Amino acid sequence: MADAMQPSYTRKIKMGQIITSYSHLHDNKVIVNGRIIFYQENILKFADFVKTVFKQEQFIYPRFYKMDAISKLGFLATELVLKEKTIEGYLPEAMGIVLSNSSASLDTDIAHNETIKDRSSYFPSPSVFVYTLPNIAIGEVCIKNKIKGENAFLISEAFDGKLLFDYVNELFKSKRVEACLCGWVEVMANNCNAMVALVENTGAALDGRSSGFEPMLFNEENLNLIMTRN
Amino acid sequence: MKPVYILNDNIINAFGFTTAETILALDKGSIGISTVNDPVLYPQPVQLSLVDTERLNRKFSEILEIHQKNTPADSFTRLEKFFIVSLYDVLKNSSVDPENPRTLLVISTTKGNIDLLENRFRTVFSHKRLYLWELGRIVRKFFGFANAPIIISNACISGVVAVMTATRFLQSGAYDHAVVTGGDIASEFVISGFQSFQAISPNPCKPFDLNRTGLSLGEGCGTMVLSTIPTVTGWNSIRVAGAATSNDANHISGPSRTGAELSGAMNQAMSQAGVAREELSYISAHGTATPFNDEMESKAIELSGLLHVPVNSFKGYWGHTLGAAGLIESVAAVASIRNNVLYRSAGFESPGVPAAINVISSNQYSEVNSCLKTASGFGGCNAAILYQKD
Repeated sequence: MADAMQPSYTRKIKMGQIITSYSHLHDNKVIVNGRIIFYQENILKFADFVKTVFKQEQFIYPRFYKMDAISKLGFLATELVLKEKTIEGYLPEAMGIVLSNSSASLDTDIAHNETIKDRSSYFPSPSVFVYTLPNIAIGEVCIKNKIKGENAFLISEAFDGKLLFDYVNELFKSKRVEACLCGWVEVMANNCNAMVALVENTGAALDGRSSGFEPMLFNEENLNLIMTRN
Repeated sequence: MKPVYILNDNIINAFGFTTAETILALDKGSIGISTVNDPVLYPQPVQLSLVDTERLNRKFSEILEIHQKNTPADSFTRLEKFFIVSLYDVLKNSSVDPENPRTLLVISTTKGNIDLLENRFRTVFSHKRLYLWELGRIVRKFFGFANAPIIISNACISGVVAVMTATRFLQSGAYDHAVVTGGDIASEFVISGFQSFQAISPNPCKPFDLNRTGLSLGEGCGTMVLSTIPTVTGWNSIRVAGAATSNDANHISGPSRTGAELSGAMNQAMSQAGVAREELSYISAHGTATPFNDEMESKAIELSGLLHVPVNSFKGYWGHTLGAAGLIESVAAVASIRNNVLYRSAGFESPGVPAAINVISSNQYSEVNSCLKTASGFGGCNAAILYQKD
């Protein structure tokens, strides 16, 4: 019968992309690959929250202290992801990064605006002004991890799993990337919410993982799930 | 992959409110950068390229009269007026319907309505208007776009990334048409920031020249209508044939030392388009006229083996329009292909970059089949996009 003759290739794993590591930071809580690695009941200021997590994880990177809030948050979220799953096997040009948020760099824009509000004490500073673009956070992650491939920063009112999936999916479909970091990095005053996921091709080396996290299919639903699961 | 055609376009800048007005100015060799002494923009006089406010408001009122009779003109910001006037021009001349769910809207801007942080606007507009998605919502609502816009804010490559993003979604079949627009205004916010970097030239900028001393800031809006379905008007003859981005992974405010990353994006765009080095007609470079940017670009062009290809920067004409630059300069480059003309790189007199690139020193009228448009920006980002005659 035809059924009995079914060739074995139909049972092969479907080619596609998987999320091999992720982090989610919000409300004084840090989740990495489903595990809560940090939680503080007392409300922390943003600066104290990221500094405390940075120290707890024993990250050493002096540039971190010079960064603005979005870059600090994006950096931290990415380092937590890459601590669990290395990207060392990829060529810099084959690695992409696509981030998104709601307020672009408005938090830092307000800081730069403070320096020019008063004509009698006019002191715009290049070290503040340079951070008045959201994609500087991408630049910081690229510098730290030698990522040189496709990069883009997208703006939407709220987290848009469909947009992020569609954008990154196109990069994989057109073979522009072999691995891609993607996510949401939002800071306004002391409120922050960040999610970063590492997406790789199915069958990409699964070694280099330090935890028993089972990869998730890369799709809109799973991006939304990571964003909402506590 | 479906082919993507450019159906229609618009430029708003110091020269006017249509692509034709900018082309006319290029033919005449006009320079749209001059000394502006306006304390609202900067405490001291500064070189800028500004859109004519009176004409903008007149154009906008005419559109409101037809479109939304009872809406007061002053309920829109300067940048929103840019976008609406630019989109109105392309949509009235094109068969693409914004209300069609197969039509995508992509918007690029670096700073959006950043002037609303100034005290004079605090009580006029809500704080929400500072958010780029709110700006996008207003533009969408005005024309009744079926889909929420994709909004790109990626420093000075934003405009090129916007065209690239729309192209990819059209190539894959996700949409049939796309309206891609990029805009930014001159503001004290941005002028003071670039001044703090000592990056602004005391004279109109001189891209690739030996005596270049920095950039000139401009403002404006550029729009392109793209479609996988060619029309019969003859505008369908130019395609977006390839595009790529890359990152230097080196410095957040200084370009790559080698230009290898920009070169990589250029190579990617050309190989996607199937255009060989010897076939490329023209490079429309980023050319900001800062010492390091132009140096890096020349190295990238050399690394890609394109030293023989004619190069210009449009920034010597209407300055650096930031999130609009990729769009406005793309529209001007596409017009160069369509009209078979290569425009002089304004401000260039003597070679001032390490690699011997072929900067266009006088207008050339000959067959132009393809153009590689490049851009680079803060955050170490680079982009390249290839436009080609079908």
